[in-house]
Amino acid sequence: MASTQPMPPAAPTQSSAGALHRTPLQRALRAFAGSRLAMLGLIALAAIVALAIAAPWIAPQNPYDLMQLDIMDGQLPPGSTAATGMTYWLGTDEQGRDMLSAILYGLRISLLVGFVSAIAAAAIGTTLGLVAAYSGGRTDNAIMRIVDLQLSFPTILVALMILAFLGKGVGNVILALVIVEWAVYARTARASALVQRRKEYVEAALSYGSSGLRVLFRHLLPNCLPPLMVIATVQVARAIALEATLSFLGLGVPVTEPSLGLLIANGYQFMLSGKFWISFYPGIALLVTVVAINLIGDRLRDVLNPRNAD
Amino acid sequence: MISWLARRLIQAVAVVLAMTVIVFIGVNVIGDPVAVLLPPDAGEDERLRVIAAFGLDRPLWEQYFSFLGGALRGDLGRSFVFNEPALTVILQRMPATLELAIAAMLLAVLIGVPLGLYAGVRPNSRGAKALMAGSILGFSLPTFWVGLVMIMVFSVQLGWLPAGGRGQTAELFGMQWSLLTADGLRHLALPALNLALFKISLVMRLVRAETREVVPQDYIRTARAKGLAEGAVIRHHVLKNTLIPVVTIVGLEFGSVIAFSVVTETIFSWPGMGKLIIDSIHLLDRPMIVAYLMVIVVLFVLINLIVDLLYTVLDPRVRLEN
Repeated sequence: MASTQPMPPAAPTQSSAGALHRTPLQRALRAFAGSRLAMLGLIALAAIVALAIAAPWIAPQNPYDLMQLDIMDGQLPPGSTAATGMTYWLGTDEQGRDMLSAILYGLRISLLVGFVSAIAAAAIGTTLGLVAAYSGGRTDNAIMRIVDLQLSFPTILVALMILAFLGKGVGNVILALVIVEWAVYARTARASALVQRRKEYVEAALSYGSSGLRVLFRHLLPNCLPPLMVIATVQVARAIALEATLSFLGLGVPVTEPSLGLLIANGYQFMLSGKFWISFYPGIALLVTVVAINLIGDRLRDVLNPRNAD
Repeated sequence: MISWLARRLIQAVAVVLAMTVIVFIGVNVIGDPVAVLLPPDAGEDERLRVIAAFGLDRPLWEQYFSFLGGALRGDLGRSFVFNEPALTVILQRMPATLELAIAAMLLAVLIGVPLGLYAGVRPNSRGAKALMAGSILGFSLPTFWVGLVMIMVFSVQLGWLPAGGRGQTAELFGMQWSLLTADGLRHLALPALNLALFKISLVMRLVRAETREVVPQDYIRTARAKGLAEGAVIRHHVLKNTLIPVVTIVGLEFGSVIAFSVVTETIFSWPGMGKLIIDSIHLLDRPMIVAYLMVIVVLFVLINLIVDLLYTVLDPRVRLEN
């Protein structure tokens, strides 16, 4: 298992050798590929990320260029044809905006917020967790007290509180998500670093004169990675869902940069009159994204958990 | 036990105090309290008058202590919108939220436990695998979107259940409850199920994991060996031993259900605390926001305390030293 052995910086390639000579990473990848559902999730996620990145080139229209919108095309059901001959495959909203284009652009904001906040939270949380485990004593106590305090309140409440203070905006949402999420990484990193710290390779590194920082990041961090990777995957999904929820409540991103959550909120008022597509399809996009990431996370948890090693 | 309880109480008070500092700093340092109190066209003299009237020219620590003093007397300010003490407005809305949360938790246990038992007893059956995949869906479905789809299907298309409000309520202990009338129950059904969805998956997965730990134990084999029917083994031996973590989770998640009711209440226009806080944030009703945050902090600290206590009572192996 990856957790019992340092990750090799540059693994010697022994492709023809048997399973014994595979690196922990290779073994984990093979085990991951063993699940069809997880591979499906991976492919779906890759496709979604590609669509989001390519949105400006592949979307039928730029949904935020008002010149391209025709108010006469407002609230058309899916499959309608525009005066210009273009087909609105997923219908239009009240301003005559093509929903397919709006969703592709919305994905960009949702994914950006999700990934940026998860990466920032991972960096901050992991560093603090490792420092807590390595230094022990008062530092450890202080950091873990804050972690406990943070984790005793539900994420949505903490995010709500921060956004009530700061107001809406993409930057503020990311900040709120980082504050909400860092504690999970800190707790996980500390727990696995405490186990690793007692191992002989740490003692060896210290005895040949490595600095504390070097031991932390070159030796402890790589060995704490497996559980952190699982957490990170799940947290990206949670961040995307939480951002959508906050935006739906009108506390998240501003109307000028609509994420999937805001698109769903915009269609809410039309739902009761049966015009379901304005809210429904952005929701499907959100759902597929979150499910894909969770499928990957679920499999990673099985593969990287030493208890399940066979 | 008593010294443990005392220490735990002191910790709880410390958490509440820490949160008063955070909320105070959030509202008065990060946000601008003067801007909220003034009409947009107010002049400089008006500005200074408001600052003096609300004591915003005093040093920050002095303002904090007068805020804290007020909070201790139950005075959390007057709502700008309702023109009533903020605490009173919140307490009026609390039964609706509690009712919704309790109904959701009940649904989560009543649906999650049997499904989890089934998936744990027959882990390799098709049904179990479908349930596990379904639970990933349950974790992934955004609550607010599911709420919209529920309204679309059950209220708009089929017309079976109402889309919003509490319906008719009946009085019990001086509070109004939808649970007590047929019309109220009809209104409660969709929001409660919506709020419960995530927790059903959670309870199901937990019970499944526990069941799988319990089933290979010797005492289960003994029970089977002495000829007990499979149903009796599951009811008396498996189920009972899976329930301790379920009780803990129900306690811990109760707080989270109250927090997430913010979303469900907004969608279904359920007149509880959650809808109140969202409306207050949009209307910049600052005393209301502060009061809500303080009430919810106290509520959470209490819930955590009760869960800790219950845990030690249910599982005597839990040590109280730390």
